[in-house]
Amino acid sequence: MTPISRRKLVTTGLAATAGIAGLAAADRLARRYGLIPPDSGGAYGPGETLTYAAQRLLTRHSLAREFPRSLISASPFANETEPPSDEFKRLQAGGFAGWRLTVDGLVAHPLSLSLSDLHSLPIRSQITEVACEEGWSYIAEWIGTPLAEILRLAQPLAQVRYIVYFSIQSGWWDSLDMADALHPQTYLTLGMNDGDLPVSFGGPLRMRVPRQLGYKNIKYLVRLTATDSLKRFGKGLGSASPEAGYAWYAGI
Amino acid sequence: MPASSPPETTVPRHTALVRVTHWLTLVSFLALLFTGGEIVVSHPRFYWGETGNVHTRPLFTIPIPASRDTVPTGYGYVMPDQNGWSRYLHFQTAWALVLTGLVYAVAGLWTGHILKNLVPEPGSRNWRAYAQRIAQYIRRAPPALSEARTYNVLQRTAYLFVILVLFPLVIWTGLALSPSFDSAFPAAVDLLGGRQSARTLHFFVSAALLLFLLVHVAMIAVSGF
Repeated sequence: MTPISRRKLVTTGLAATAGIAGLAAADRLARRYGLIPPDSGGAYGPGETLTYAAQRLLTRHSLAREFPRSLISASPFANETEPPSDEFKRLQAGGFAGWRLTVDGLVAHPLSLSLSDLHSLPIRSQITEVACEEGWSYIAEWIGTPLAEILRLAQPLAQVRYIVYFSIQSGWWDSLDMADALHPQTYLTLGMNDGDLPVSFGGPLRMRVPRQLGYKNIKYLVRLTATDSLKRFGKGLGSASPEAGYAWYAGI
Repeated sequence: MPASSPPETTVPRHTALVRVTHWLTLVSFLALLFTGGEIVVSHPRFYWGETGNVHTRPLFTIPIPASRDTVPTGYGYVMPDQNGWSRYLHFQTAWALVLTGLVYAVAGLWTGHILKNLVPEPGSRNWRAYAQRIAQYIRRAPPALSEARTYNVLQRTAYLFVILVLFPLVIWTGLALSPSFDSAFPAAVDLLGGRQSARTLHFFVSAALLLFLLVHVAMIAVSGF
């Protein structure tokens, strides 16, 4: 075996130490700036962390593309959901007058908002694309109030890092980091194209996150919870998605 | 008196860096191909332009059963849904491929490997050189001794095309499918003609890479591993 020179040994040792030190420093920084996703454990953790951290750093304030009216899809596709529960049907029969969005968790002002309460908040619209992880997509106009407006009223405490949101359908929930929660294009959606948001598309209330794939855009919202840790919810992986095998972060 | 031993011939090999990155790339590509194919099964329809779904006319469909019952495939059943882990693995492996590729590119330029071994040699950068080499293949004429230690102009062109065109394109079209990446770099998807064009191109470039892989392995098998 060829002898390794002393110089090579020292250089390699220094490089290895620098590498390990670099990784440790990167890990500390990543934790401090919230660049580690809640589903970072497991075999796919390294890839997930690299993707989430890189995209978070690159896209903190970037805006999803908005399209002209002429590109609104004539035939949007409403993905299948579970059949509505009795509770949903009851609310639907009442014209959703009884629908309430509860805002709780680590907030100074917990809220219980009806749809007309939401309509009295600043209403905006965006013409953006819904892209499903399966590969299909469509463009629609989404009318609603930015989640940031709700949070302005509820006043999340300083330690809040995530907003968790729940559908009326049990077991269907997800969460956003604050960058996405406060993003100007993140809406609580009340209307679509020319009218109220149809039930098949998530009506009466749907989360809209245009910089992530369709599955983060949960339908039939009834509750928002501000939290400092996703470990308190479900299996602590951030949403029902990792529990079903899908990534928490759906920016890609 | 024992006969003198035959003269030793040393065969030049690629550097360890080239060899290691080559095999890492192969393993990554196979994982990406497999998981990518699996993801296609959830929606075996391809469109062109910005949008497309089961309510719009596809550019073409792949006549296989899908893993979602919302796709009208004509088959009476649905494949098992494997998109969850497939996507996790696809994106993790994409990182492995890109990081390996970066190491290869930087080291390859620094050490002169790309210039020396992959760029067509001066004197062979003309149509005649290509025509001659193709004719030699068609005649099945054995390569000259001088050719045994270097890549010929066809090999160089093919490898450069894979490294400089196909791989960058497959990465570009793949990243263009990320809504978050598109928000930061909208030109990445707009230049390709829209999200569905990017997806369709991603599929075809992957197919081209697979074709390269099959021909590459076949040629090596024919000339001896």
